[in-house]
Amino acid sequence: MTTTQATHALVADRLTRDALAELLLALADDEFVIGFSDSEWTGIAPLLEEDVAMSSLAQDELGHAAALYGLLGELIDRDPDAIAYDREPDAYRHCRLLDHGRGDWAMTIARRYLYDTADAVRLEALVGGSWAPLAELVGKIVREERYHVMHAGAWLERLASVEGEPRDRLLAAWDALGPDAGTVFSPLVGETTLQGAGIVAATSGELEDRWRARIAPTLVRLRLPILPPTARPERGRLEHGEAFRSLWGGFTSVRRSDPGATW
Amino acid sequence: MTEGATLVGIARARGRATVERVDEAVIRAALTEVMDPEVPVLSVVDLGIVETVAVSPSAIRVTILPTFVGCPALELIRTAIADRLAVFGRPVEVAVSFAVPWTSDRISAAGRRALRESGFAPPTPAGAGPIVLGPPVECPHCGSRRTVMENVFGPTQCRSIHHCTACRQPFEHFKAI
Repeated sequence: MTTTQATHALVADRLTRDALAELLLALADDEFVIGFSDSEWTGIAPLLEEDVAMSSLAQDELGHAAALYGLLGELIDRDPDAIAYDREPDAYRHCRLLDHGRGDWAMTIARRYLYDTADAVRLEALVGGSWAPLAELVGKIVREERYHVMHAGAWLERLASVEGEPRDRLLAAWDALGPDAGTVFSPLVGETTLQGAGIVAATSGELEDRWRARIAPTLVRLRLPILPPTARPERGRLEHGEAFRSLWGGFTSVRRSDPGATW
Repeated sequence: MTEGATLVGIARARGRATVERVDEAVIRAALTEVMDPEVPVLSVVDLGIVETVAVSPSAIRVTILPTFVGCPALELIRTAIADRLAVFGRPVEVAVSFAVPWTSDRISAAGRRALRESGFAPPTPAGAGPIVLGPPVECPHCGSRRTVMENVFGPTQCRSIHHCTACRQPFEHFKAI
């Protein structure tokens, strides 16, 4: 437990604070965007069980995003809701993997599998970090994310193992998402500063290698193509297309219709 | 949120007799009357979310651990705690912390009994590695292990859905987390 003042005091150094703000924004935006994408399945998932599952996953992810925006809000002295909702689409820093729109069920499962496995590797590098507010929060988040990895893995296996439409659709999704899968690890401004301060345990590049090695046996077993190298990794969190503008239009619509409203 | 999580309950005498000695044990005993809104057979004490209680002549400070990061019941729980402790006649602060991750292993033996008696299967041991589906959960209605998990995700973040093939009843399981 820390107070607002302590949060600032712990990051007195300006460079470290800016780098930490970049990291928190990327983490929060990723969870926020995938959470909203998942919530689009509520009521229209292919099975009733998956209506419930996707809604629960979305609730988890939006909860993680809210907590991360809360930490960022204290660090930079800004209202967390304003950070979440009052930016133009280009100012969001989620990775391009999450910019493909909801797509069909296979697309959703492929995206979840790629994101959840990558997110798990990324979080492991934060658990023991030197900035307690983030390390403690991540220690809690990883316990929940284990269920997400299990869910995505079970569905990936199911779709990949059935020849015909399930596998064909999965392969199409895999081709579409593959070049963007590694954008979860797009290098962040100031990440060497964060590593020097002991806030993260490894560079993005090291984490990406670790992730590719970890999922390789599963891809081989399920006869899924090895993922191509990341396209334009330096732009991996900077360019958001039409699908994200549409999602953004949805999740900001209430806020924009009556700015500053409370209920 | 870890930070700024303060809530001050203004003391409201509720016609109760004044408690002369107020210490941690008295506060914890009072908190056994505050129920989890999502699983109302469990008190916040049996749920294991009450981490620290600090009592001074000028304030009561309680720190709680969220069961899930995005638990929507958290604000309700904080308000319920502040309301229950208002009778002690001093400002109440209910802070939220992630300093220790809450796990379902923290649910007390009494809490597990209360869950079972109300048709909820208590959590299996949580562990820390990848989720591995263990043996089927014991049916809280008939005690059979011939059960299947229908959905690892349920009506709230902390519950999964199961079915017993012996007594043919559906039931919920408090997720191991």
